Order: sequence, then C-alpha cells, then structure tokens
Amino acid sequence: MESIKKLNISKSLLLDCKQTVKDFPLAYETYGKLNENKDNAILVFHALTGDQFVTGLNPITKKEGWWGTAVGPGKAIDTDKYFVICANVIGGCMGSWGPKEVDKKTNEPYGLNFPVITIRDIVRAQETLLDYLGVEKLLCATGGSMGGMQTLQFCATFPNRTYSAMPIACSTSHSAQNIALNELARQAVMADPVWDKGKYIKKNVQPKNGLAVARMVGHISYLSEKGMQEKFGRKLQERGDYDFSFNADFQVESYLRHQGFAFVERFDANSILYITRAMDYFDLSRQYKGGLTEAFKNQQTKFLVISFSSDWLYTTKENKDTVIALNAAGTDVSFAEIKTDKGHDSFLVDEPEFLKTIKGFIDSMHIKFKNEKRI
Amino acid sequence: MKKEFKVIAELLPNNIRVLDVGCGDGSLMDLLIKEKNIEARGLEIKEEHVKKCIYKGLSVIEGNAETELNQFPDQSFDYVILSQTLQAFYSPEKVLKDLLRVGKCAIVSIPNFGYWKVRTSLLLFGKMPVTKTLPYSWHNTPNLHMCTIKDMYNFCAAKDIKIDKILGLNGDRTSQIKKNNLEIKNLFSKIGIFVLS
Repeated sequence: MESIKKLNISKSLLLDCKQTVKDFPLAYETYGKLNENKDNAILVFHALTGDQFVTGLNPITKKEGWWGTAVGPGKAIDTDKYFVICANVIGGCMGSWGPKEVDKKTNEPYGLNFPVITIRDIVRAQETLLDYLGVEKLLCATGGSMGGMQTLQFCATFPNRTYSAMPIACSTSHSAQNIALNELARQAVMADPVWDKGKYIKKNVQPKNGLAVARMVGHISYLSEKGMQEKFGRKLQERGDYDFSFNADFQVESYLRHQGFAFVERFDANSILYITRAMDYFDLSRQYKGGLTEAFKNQQTKFLVISFSSDWLYTTKENKDTVIALNAAGTDVSFAEIKTDKGHDSFLVDEPEFLKTIKGFIDSMHIKFKNEKRI
Repeated sequence: MKKEFKVIAELLPNNIRVLDVGCGDGSLMDLLIKEKNIEARGLEIKEEHVKKCIYKGLSVIEGNAETELNQFPDQSFDYVILSQTLQAFYSPEKVLKDLLRVGKCAIVSIPNFGYWKVRTSLLLFGKMPVTKTLPYSWHNTPNLHMCTIKDMYNFCAAKDIKIDKILGLNGDRTSQIKKNNLEIKNLFSKIGIFVLS
C-alpha cells in the first residue's frame, strides 16, 4: 500500500456524534503543481464509491480514475494548469480512517465500533490537508453527488476557504427517496449472513452477495429510464433465445451483475453502511438554526450549481432549491441544467456540454481570482 | 454594442446591484460591470446563452422569468432590467409586478408597436408588420402581447406603477417622452425605455 499518500491528522476533531478523535490517517492524492501565487488549487470531493484517485491509473484497482473524463492533462479541469487535490473520505476504505482500519484500543478492525460520521465530519477532516499542502484559499471546490454535498458543506463550514464552488447534481439535504434507496443498499449488505454484524472484517471475508446487490441498486439509480432503454432495451446477453432459467438472459441483468461483482473487489461493505448513513444525515438547514439562508450567509464564494435533466436521484428541482437558498442568502450564484439522457451518472461520463461548462467556469474563475490576488 | 444597452447603462448609477432578466449572452451585464462597477446577475432561459455567460465569468441562472423570479428575495436588487421581452410573457402584468418586488426600480424596454412603419405596414399593405425590431412573422413570433409606448404608459397609470422616466429610441437618437409629446413620440420611436419604481 505504498502508493497511498497519507496524512496523520493529529489535531483533535469533535465528531457530530460527540466522539472526539485524533491521530487518524487521511489518504489523499494530488495532480499537477501548486503555482507560485497559489491561485490554482482545486479541491475535488469524491462520491459514495469513489476514492482519492481522481484520474490516471488507480494504483490499487489498476483501473482508470473515477473522473478521468473531466480531470487530467488537457482535460476540462486541466492538471497542466491546476493543482487538483482529493482525499478519501473518512469512513471510506482507500486508506483513510474507516471501519476496516485497526482500532488502536483493541488492535482489531473497527467494524461496527467505528463511529457514525456525517458529511460535516468528512469535510472537517479534510481541512488540515489544505494547511499541510500550503493552500490558504482554493480556486474552486467541486464534486458531484455526495461530492457536491461535501462542496456545499465545505462552503458553509469554511466560508472563506475557496474563491469559487461547483456543486454538481446534489442537494442540501437527502430526500426520502434517496434515504430509501440507501436503506435498500444497507439492508442488502446486512441481509448477507457473511456480514455478521460487521464482524466479517476480522475473518478476512466479505459479504459479497449483499454488497453486490447494494451496488446494483445504486447503478439503477444512476441511469435514466430512457438511457437504460436505449443502452439495453430487451437485448439478450450472448444468446438467441430465453434460457428458461434465472441466468442473466438480458443484457441489463448481465450489466448489473458485472457492476455488482466488480465492485466487491474494491470496496468494503461496512464503508457502504457508514457513508450512505452520512449522506442520509446530511441536512444543511437542520444544522443552521436560521435554515439554509443562515448556512450560506456572508459567503464571498462564487457558485455554479449544475444539474442534469434526466437525473431522478438529485433532480433539477432539488438543485434549483439550492440555487434559491444561495440567492436568498445574497450569494453570487449561477445555475445551469445540462440536457442529457445519461441520468445522475452524467458527471462521470463523457458529456461534452457538461465538460465545456465546467471548463468555462473554472477558467473564468481563475482569471478573476488571479486579478483579485494581484490587487 | 446595441444603442439601447448604452442608454440603459447611462440611466444607472455606479456601484449598484442589478438583475438582468433575459440577459442573453451577457453583453449588457459585461458593459455594466466594466463601465459602472455594477454587481450584475442574470436570469436566462436559453441554455446556449447561459453557457456563454458562464464562460465569460458572469453570474447567470438558467430559468424562466415568468415562473422563477420568485426565487429572488424582495428588494434584493437596486435595479431589475427587462430588455424587449415583456411582450413575450403570458402574463406581462405578473412579471412587471415581480420585477418591482425584486428590484427597488425597474428598467423595462419594449419594441414599440405604435412606430409609424409598423402602423403603415398594416394600414397600407394589410400585412402583419415585419421590421428590424420586430423581425418575426405572425406564425413564428414569440411576442404574445405587443403594445405601444402609449399602451404601456396607460397600463402603468392604471396599475399605479410610478414612471420615473421614459426614453424613446430611434436609431442613434434618444429623446425624452413626457405626457405632452407622447402622441408624436409614440409614432416616431422604435423602442421605448421605461424607468419604473
């Protein structure tokens, strides 16, 4: 595991569950170089099943980074020009403090003894990384889905730490539908006998069947009805007729099974429980007594909220509600809806209109930020 | 740069907050930021225009002015601008009221249906007018509620909307419109610019 960079967070952190932690690892990766004026740093927050390896070859999974379509040399977020930072969320399983890490008190993996964390805990754990990397103020904070929630939380918690922010396909609180889908994923994991109340981790096994089902649920929710119909329709998987069995006759079944079982190779089942919980608990208006307006007041940050027309997980309406809250707080906010059939997944795939938009925003923000720093 | 935008810029004080409703590609916002140090925001329905604004670093929200002005708090802008779009809404009255709720003042410009060329087109040729300011044919026009400067003047009076100033535009010429020259200016202005509060 030498290819994982880790920062030991020695500063104590009071979690939302009232537990205090310190001396825990935060795994991270950076791309590009921080320039002399320190005006080119972009903090990327990853989504539920992502990790710190944004682009290029992921040294652990040996697969392309999760946002290679958008980030990299010559890409929309150009690493020849910008310094891109991404940390693995706490609760995750790519080197940061999470349920599969060893609890120093018991010398055993945490499993369900890991504290229930929140999006705010996740974001606060990452602040020290910016200090460590010498970034006083970011050019931009961004992420899609849960990464977008972290972006909003980051701006609310650290109002002057970024010049601009781009929350993509997210909301200020998790909807009933999203909580329900997360619960479905958790129940799938917990229904697998191998899970054994999270203790599988000590036996060095993984509740693969449950975790794969959890991932399948996710994959359905990331596509749109139209996108799925166009991609798979009723096409059969490498056969001319029905098998009259419960094998994966249909391409869509085969796709889900493949996605599900590929996932268990790289992800920890307990991490799915903890991270989905953090998403469900996310409610910015609940955090601030005065509601969302209070959460975003005194913001100097320039926002661009982006939604996708066929995203039914974090709908355009929910993203617009974020815009309304930002407007009510008097912040500088832009909003664009990308018209696409690719559903919630749109931010991860090659969607030219989306990529052009984020490039246009970040490049123009960089010019403004540079000028402001000069004055 | 459109003459109309220059006239609007001249009407505005420096260092204020402005919302440009139907901001297009952001040309007016750009002008206001550069020349008047104005804090400008835009609302625009067309996706490609929204993107152009974003590339320029302008703040713009993709949305429909008819239904989405409610997202802006009361009196959150010093001026709200609506350039030549009032006639395209289903309910111009509702939009006008919203503009004056969101802004302390509003600048509303209209293509003048009372302009002599428009009148003669119908009178002499018996055809719906197609001019530079009104380039559409009857079947593809987005303009649902065409009006004249005089109509707008009477409408404001009837709805208790205070008119601070009216300017008439014809090519490069600008002139002030008052009650006593309304009839003649309504005949010779291509565009009417109303400052309302």
